Amino acid sequence: MNIADVQIVSILPQTLLLAAALVVFLADLVWKDRKGIGLLALAGVLATFVATVVMLAGPGVPTFQHMAAADRFALVISLVMSAAAVLAVLVSLDYIVRVDLPAGEYYGLLLLAASGMMFLGAATHLMTLFLSLEILSIALYALAGIRTTDIRAGEAALKYFLLGAFASAFLLYGMALLYGATGTTSLAGIAAAVPSVQTDPMLIAGLALLLIGFAFKVAAVPFHMWTPDVYQGAPSSVTAFMSVGAKAAGFAALVRVLVAVFPTLYAWWVWPVGVLAVLTMTWGNLAALAQGNVKRMLAYSSIAHAGYILVGVAAGEAGVSGVLFYLMAYALMNIGAFAVLIALERAEEDAAGVELERMRGLFHRRPWLAAAMTVFMFSLAGMPPLAGFFGKLYVFSAAVRSGLLVLAIIGVINSVISAYYYLRVVARMALAAPAEEAEPARCPALTIGTGIAAVGTVLLGIYPTWLLNLVQGTLAVLFGG
Amino acid sequence: MLAYAWLMLLFPLLGVLINAFFGRRIGKRAVSWVACSAIGLSFLVALGVLMGTAGSTGVEQPLFTWISAGSFHVEFSLLLDPLSALMAAVVTGVSFLIHIYSIGYMAEDPRYARYFTYLNLFVFAMLILVLANNYLMMYVGWEGVGLCSYLLIGFWFERKAAADAGKKAFIVNRVGDMGFALGIMLIFAMFGTLQFSEVFRRAPGILGPAAVTAITLLLFVGATGKSAQIPLYIWLPDAMEGPTPVSALIHAATMVTAGVYMVARNHVLFDMAPTTAAVVASIGAATAFFAATMALVEKDLKRILAYSTISQLGYMFLAVGVGAYAAGMFHLTTHAFFKALLFLAAGSVMHAMAGEINIQKLGGLREKLPRTYAVFAVGAAALAGVPLFSGFFSKDEILWRAFLHSPVLWLVGLGTAFLTAVYIFRALFVTFWGETRAEKKLWEHAHEAPAVMSIPMLILAVLAVIGGYIGLPRLSLVEGYLEPVLHAEHAAEAGATEWVLLAVSALIALGGIALAYYLYVVRPAVPANLSKQFAPLYTLLSRKYYVDEFYMAVVVEPLRQVGRFIAELFDPRVVDGAVNGLARLAGVCGEGLGTLQNGRVRSYALSILVGVVIILGYFLLR
Repeated sequence: MNIADVQIVSILPQTLLLAAALVVFLADLVWKDRKGIGLLALAGVLATFVATVVMLAGPGVPTFQHMAAADRFALVISLVMSAAAVLAVLVSLDYIVRVDLPAGEYYGLLLLAASGMMFLGAATHLMTLFLSLEILSIALYALAGIRTTDIRAGEAALKYFLLGAFASAFLLYGMALLYGATGTTSLAGIAAAVPSVQTDPMLIAGLALLLIGFAFKVAAVPFHMWTPDVYQGAPSSVTAFMSVGAKAAGFAALVRVLVAVFPTLYAWWVWPVGVLAVLTMTWGNLAALAQGNVKRMLAYSSIAHAGYILVGVAAGEAGVSGVLFYLMAYALMNIGAFAVLIALERAEEDAAGVELERMRGLFHRRPWLAAAMTVFMFSLAGMPPLAGFFGKLYVFSAAVRSGLLVLAIIGVINSVISAYYYLRVVARMALAAPAEEAEPARCPALTIGTGIAAVGTVLLGIYPTWLLNLVQGTLAVLFGG
Repeated sequence: MLAYAWLMLLFPLLGVLINAFFGRRIGKRAVSWVACSAIGLSFLVALGVLMGTAGSTGVEQPLFTWISAGSFHVEFSLLLDPLSALMAAVVTGVSFLIHIYSIGYMAEDPRYARYFTYLNLFVFAMLILVLANNYLMMYVGWEGVGLCSYLLIGFWFERKAAADAGKKAFIVNRVGDMGFALGIMLIFAMFGTLQFSEVFRRAPGILGPAAVTAITLLLFVGATGKSAQIPLYIWLPDAMEGPTPVSALIHAATMVTAGVYMVARNHVLFDMAPTTAAVVASIGAATAFFAATMALVEKDLKRILAYSTISQLGYMFLAVGVGAYAAGMFHLTTHAFFKALLFLAAGSVMHAMAGEINIQKLGGLREKLPRTYAVFAVGAAALAGVPLFSGFFSKDEILWRAFLHSPVLWLVGLGTAFLTAVYIFRALFVTFWGETRAEKKLWEHAHEAPAVMSIPMLILAVLAVIGGYIGLPRLSLVEGYLEPVLHAEHAAEAGATEWVLLAVSALIALGGIALAYYLYVVRPAVPANLSKQFAPLYTLLSRKYYVDEFYMAVVVEPLRQVGRFIAELFDPRVVDGAVNGLARLAGVCGEGLGTLQNGRVRSYALSILVGVVIILGYFLLR
């Protein structure tokens, strides 16, 4: 094989992240400056972001050895992921010093996880699918427990690991069955074989197990039980990144498998996915209602959002662009919301996350921070004209177009329920300020991160068209040609 | 130049952003520089566009796609044609002068930056309204100017009257806006597009008589709200609670004329709907007359001008109702000059007299404020239609076209012209002539306004005089300029009739002034006697025909009762009961779910296993 045929350029963003991760790990050996290592990581994710943008703008590149594609679908996922990674690094710069986390491990694992997520979004082969899923999972297990002094974090990480391994087993078993049924491990090959072996129980069971594996990754009910504990136990910056990145990666793989490989079995999988969507939205929202801790509330809210996105997945081909739009919107608004929590969080007493009461009076103390939080909460609640509104609009309207009116109605009812707990945060911020409250953290990087997220959330709402144009018609080239 | 038309929008927007975010830090001087130069530059661009569009039938300049959802597309495009260019030039030009004037007028106000932010925002919204190439954008601008109007009427919100007036304006406008919105929806339902050019091109093929009448009537309902016509005019007199430059800019020269502009913009549709056109003309004539009668007895100088504005807007609707769109736009232009001038002069009086605005407590001011007096007199002469002043030509054009259409409308218009001359010269004589009735201290303090205020007034005074010559009957520049858009049918050969009518209206105006002179200068006791003799009529007029009371009793109170019923009985018992019940249910569910989250890995794994069994079962047993 000629080295020129390897087409490394098609996995350039992922490779850049891997390289950055290695550089960070190595730099950590000789350099003890946590800020500096953070800036190193920032440079890595920024380079990835730029590379992704350049690739999106440029002509298409071929697949990487039929293992990973650089099609528009994968690149949009890379865009979401690298944007999320940039924001996550920005909000971490000051935070990890404040809560005393080891910089090398932290940033290295973060970049590694991001790289795995991007690979997952690009994977066109069962092997890459599984490997990238494991790369991202293992990095996240470690990240969830990186606060080694906190017993809660350790517990969360262990739970996450055990259940994750459990779910991975199902996924792997499903892949084995698919291979058994079709005799190939490439997604394109499987897709070609599916029409001829449609009702083979082995294929059907493989599909079911794959669905289960990804449902665990995106935290769909009833595979979600790990989520609240892990999200609450992990450092807030990790939770922010994980809730966005792992979800986007999981959905990317799910969409590619269901919509591109099994379109002929749509009638089979639409109902389980639809039921998962209903359960996930409803469960997440109802549980979020009862939370007095904002971090935990956001954990449940993240489950609910997975439910909304599943509505888009259930819409099949019509829902793909809506799902991608939603993932981008969710990345901005959710990381933004966590960024505000990070600004408020104090190392000692907020180890379990910021309590709702702590939001009281934020408008009086830090009006801009409170305004940003208001934008994120309104957007998460789906109010126009913010990004979250259009995300919901696109997935729900796709569901209606695919004849899933009931799903859309349940989704809208759920949005109404969710407004209560999001707006409660805003209301709390507007109340009179308590006297003894300590000043929330001020740090330029955190401010920039929050600002980017807020401006992005607003801009995507006012002018959604550019992203919409980007995500439309991604399915046509789902295997990268 | 046309390619840079978007700059017209950009400058005010930049002004808004700069003053909104940094206005309180950069100081008053910088704020005024930013705000005024934004509008000044915008005015220069508008002038360029005005010249560039001469003779063209319109260019559409797409800036970006605003909404694209399935088959529904809305482009953010500018429509540059003589009609929008004329309107944009008037808006930015008058705004620029009033911005300058405001530097002096608002100098002492603590919320200076906020004032100029709102003012720039207003210009931005107004330009969106004017330059829109589709109904949706126009509606955005329409609502935007409504918002700015609300904010500026209630600018001194510490005063209850101002806050109430702001609310009243906003709520009354909602009624009209609802009509406008319904009209737009109907248009979208019929055409599937909201772009003007498409709608007008396809209208003859698509719309039947009933549909076009419905659409135009709904649009006109919108116009009655924004342009203060019967039955929705009641908000405008109260709007005088805002700062006087705002009254001059928004509630005289620009925003309130948006309805006229909207009708002219839709002239294709209105031409197709003779019923609506008749309604528009009749409402216009009636409003012109009734508002003028109310102005006769009003004591508040600014409110006299407010009623006068309503009345003059009535003239404009009379014009567009009889198909004389160019005449309507001509009067809109001259009115913008002389009415803004009158308001600014009134503001100068207030400035001199510590805010006193009741003409009964003024008097004799011409010796203290000679410049203000002079410009007020010019404005009054233009408004009254004294020959050779701008209002004379534009009003005469309307009356002439009305005469061709229906002598009754002409007669009402002529009667209004007479009343107009009487009330505005009453205001002039009572305020500036005779012995002063002002408090001694105020009188001694009275002083002419600084140059920053008087120069804009002087410029407007010049425009109020010469503004009419752009539209002389024989060499109507305005009509010719607007010709490519409006296709104005040329009025029948002028001949003797037009000259007779011209003479009649000149005599009527002079007669009105003479009467005012007799009543308020020669025999000042007469008006008081008259008001006693005709007490019921006087009361009727001074209570504004009890229309406010009527609305209060027929609309507001019943609604309030319904509201009270809903708020005190229906809502808490039925709706809240249901909602609280559901919410409690949801809460209980949430807590129930929370207990499932017991933290034990075994039960979590069990949950996963249950899911696996169900999903696998479904797939395999299907």
